[in-house]
Amino acid sequence: MRNSFVLVGLLFSINAFAATPQELLKQYEVEAKQESPAFSGFSSDRGASFFRTERTHSDGKKVSCSTCHTSDPRNKGKTRANKVIEPMAPIVNPQRFTDAAKVEKWFGRNCKDVLERTCSAQEKGDYIQYLVNVK
Amino acid sequence: MKKWMQFLVLITSITSTSVLLASGGMGEGGEGSQMPTVTNVKWKAECSSCHMLYHPGLLPERSWNKMMAGIDNHFGENASLDNATRDEITHFLAMNSADKQVNRRSSRINQSIPSNATPLRISETRYFTSKHDEVSAATFKRKSIGSASNCAACHKNAEKGDFSESQVKIPR
Repeated sequence: MRNSFVLVGLLFSINAFAATPQELLKQYEVEAKQESPAFSGFSSDRGASFFRTERTHSDGKKVSCSTCHTSDPRNKGKTRANKVIEPMAPIVNPQRFTDAAKVEKWFGRNCKDVLERTCSAQEKGDYIQYLVNVK
Repeated sequence: MKKWMQFLVLITSITSTSVLLASGGMGEGGEGSQMPTVTNVKWKAECSSCHMLYHPGLLPERSWNKMMAGIDNHFGENASLDNATRDEITHFLAMNSADKQVNRRSSRINQSIPSNATPLRISETRYFTSKHDEVSAATFKRKSIGSASNCAACHKNAEKGDFSESQVKIPR
């Protein structure tokens, strides 16, 4: 009996993670409004520049999202350990931004690797807005 | 006891003994030199999203524990996991680590590591360096290989724990 409760709970939690990019944007919008009352929407242009802007990491290397994802998000990228990264743009990879937990996991890791800090909801939303707009 | 029952018991014991002997014999022979097939869904998914999937039999338990404890700074990258996933993978790695394996390669890797050392890179173990002493640094740096950490570039079945010499093919 307890097992079936766990199973039902699991199904619900999996469902809770399944999402569309638009749903994720709505969630980040709620967070962004909490972060800043002056929030005025997400910007694809800001997201595009966020994606490509290089900064110097404290280890001396220049890094950006494009370092691994390439400057065209329709391309496959490569990790530092030589593994292929599937494209970020949903137009060529519809799997992107459909799993809230996965999205948070990778923002969590990569913001710290590239920016050496966490990303704001504003930045996450701009980023997704840019990528869903790529045609 | 009836005669046919005694016969049955005898046959059963002979069969099971020979099965046991056969599996023990395999352990020392052909298959026993390679690492056994192991599997865990989270290990496979999480540990192969950025690099090739390393078999747990390649490092001792203390190495895996240290690696997983420092997963937030994993060779310079943040590979953080939620606690439940991290603990499950750590346990899986520990249970199948080189010091828990009976296959020949894992034993030799383990024996080549001084007891006071906890290497995180397989390529820094004495076993690895002695096995690759004829491969030049320039070869490892080839674009088709990248670095010594990319086992699968030359050992096509590396992710399955098969590093047999007959399978080695060094790409140009």
